[in-house]
Amino acid sequence: MERTDLLHLYRQMLLIRRFEEKSAEMYALAKIAGFLHLYIGEEAVAVGAIAALRPDDYVISAYRDHGYCLARGSDPGRIMAELFGKATGLCKGKGGSMHLIDCEKRFMGGYAIVGGHIPLATGLAFATKYEQGDGVTVCFFGEGAFPSGQAHEAFNLAALWKLPLIFMCENNRYGMGTPVHRAVALYSDIAETARSYGLPAERVDGMDVLAVRSLMEQTVKRVRAGQGPAFVEALTYRFMGHSMADPSHGHYRTREEVEEHRQRDPLVLLQRTICDHDLGSDADFKQLEHEVHEQVAAAVTFAETSPFPEPSALYEDVLVTE
Amino acid sequence: MLLSYREALNQAMREEMRRDARIFLIGEEVGYYQGAFKVSKGFVEEFGPQRVLDTPITEAGFTGLAIGAAMAGLRPIVELMTLNFGILAMDQIVNNAAKIRYMSGGQISVPMVIRGPGSAAHQLGAQHSQSLEAWFCHVPGIKVVAPSTPHDAKGLLKSAIRDQNPVLFIEAQLLYGTKGEVRDGEYTIPIGEAEVKRSGSDVTVVAYSKMLLLAMDAAEELSREGIDVEIIDPRTLWPLDVDTIVASVRKTGRVVIVEEGWRFCGLGAQIADSVYSVAFDYLDGPIIRVTGEDVPMPYSRKLEDAAIPDRPRVIEAVKQVLGRG
Repeated sequence: MERTDLLHLYRQMLLIRRFEEKSAEMYALAKIAGFLHLYIGEEAVAVGAIAALRPDDYVISAYRDHGYCLARGSDPGRIMAELFGKATGLCKGKGGSMHLIDCEKRFMGGYAIVGGHIPLATGLAFATKYEQGDGVTVCFFGEGAFPSGQAHEAFNLAALWKLPLIFMCENNRYGMGTPVHRAVALYSDIAETARSYGLPAERVDGMDVLAVRSLMEQTVKRVRAGQGPAFVEALTYRFMGHSMADPSHGHYRTREEVEEHRQRDPLVLLQRTICDHDLGSDADFKQLEHEVHEQVAAAVTFAETSPFPEPSALYEDVLVTE
Repeated sequence: MLLSYREALNQAMREEMRRDARIFLIGEEVGYYQGAFKVSKGFVEEFGPQRVLDTPITEAGFTGLAIGAAMAGLRPIVELMTLNFGILAMDQIVNNAAKIRYMSGGQISVPMVIRGPGSAAHQLGAQHSQSLEAWFCHVPGIKVVAPSTPHDAKGLLKSAIRDQNPVLFIEAQLLYGTKGEVRDGEYTIPIGEAEVKRSGSDVTVVAYSKMLLLAMDAAEELSREGIDVEIIDPRTLWPLDVDTIVASVRKTGRVVIVEEGWRFCGLGAQIADSVYSVAFDYLDGPIIRVTGEDVPMPYSRKLEDAAIPDRPRVIEAVKQVLGRG
């Protein structure tokens, strides 16, 4: 284990955590509207998985997408500006929270029809293979999307055509308010269903960023080498409600259950590992808190001071006009 | 040279695939089977299975794959065995193909063609006989093309393949075997331009795809009765070339719109609205629409014939709009 590396992973997770907390605050102040799905609790999945990738690999996800975009290295200011609906946002204010897209970072977007982006991932991977590149695509989706028909069409096509694609099933236990055991037949081992398509499939502790990265490094290596697609199930938990409209506990899960999972907060787990190995001190963590606080504050200032789109922008970008 | 509509499509795709290695054809039975309607005859032999991809029966899956490939810079042609099956891919077409450019603030383009036959053939029943162009035209972000002749089919398909946007390309089973003169050598026809298929002075008939042939037939018969029909083929349904239609209306003052799709919320209603809003003062009377009946398509030949516009109905509508009904 190496100090700089671990502190970097911690910093990335911390940035997502503080960014999301600030987003919730901005939502409460009505600076952000619409649907807002926070990634708090699941940071280790995005950070661990994306740490195993190259900058030219593709990443695509569902709508709880701030974490991937930040982990991919997008400018937090432009993400916050997008949430504010400002012209300086990643998507000029046309996408919003659920449709963050940053082509430069090869983050091909956030999609909000459950299961609908999974076939797109096969296409990104297909293009890489068609052009004989050695890039891979990672497709993040929740266990709520797993039973959807489009997911299974994509599993089959990817396996059939040996596409360089990793399906990352982020099992946070609830599709909105429906627990996984009421939605997926083989809920106790989702990866087992994936294996029936011929996809090598593994399960990982999604609260442990090092475990996620380690499994992803091995998986990416095989996929990059042309051995076909793979499936990873990361067991995680969202600490907040499904969206800002949903309290963190209540109708479908208890406060005790949420508290129990909070004991395995991915940031706390990594901090403990770092301290146990004497690779970081309180001063280091304080310094990181300070840096991230400044970064998020700057993102908010950028969003606040940015202009809203001009009315003329309404009709721009519908089609490519030559 | 004289070509069938099917051969014209085949030529268009073949020429474009020879020109640009990023273009690939994907769909059910497009390869070794040579296409369900033989449009891709000889393709897998010439271009190989890497560029001519037979898929499992998964319209959402392979349409989504093609959209993803277009996002990454390839130029897919998706063949839907019939556009009825496109309903299974509607989420991909409507939520992804049509919206990704806008949602991304212009970062991503989706240059692709989704093509296949729409409308009824003969007694294929309710699920295989639909004219769904109004569904596609309703969604901003995709162009919709529906050529009626082999010449237009070739030129427009080449333009569609070269377009930077998703283009829904509507063919018809009953058009595949029809023949017509096709210009020799390289040519394209711009998307968004209607054509006057027959000039006349008494009444404007707007008709596209298979219905264009019906309108031409009816016009022939009407000319023997001294009625001079002008026929406009929009060729592209979105964006609609309203100017060419209106230029004709200014001349004739009377309009009949023929479409095979259902009447309620049909494309003809939109065409009529477009004419009313800019050319109301040039009209001598209300626009008359000849449409499919608002029923699922029945199997029985007698009933099917009753559900689809035919020559007597077009002739009757023309006479009615001229006050000779």
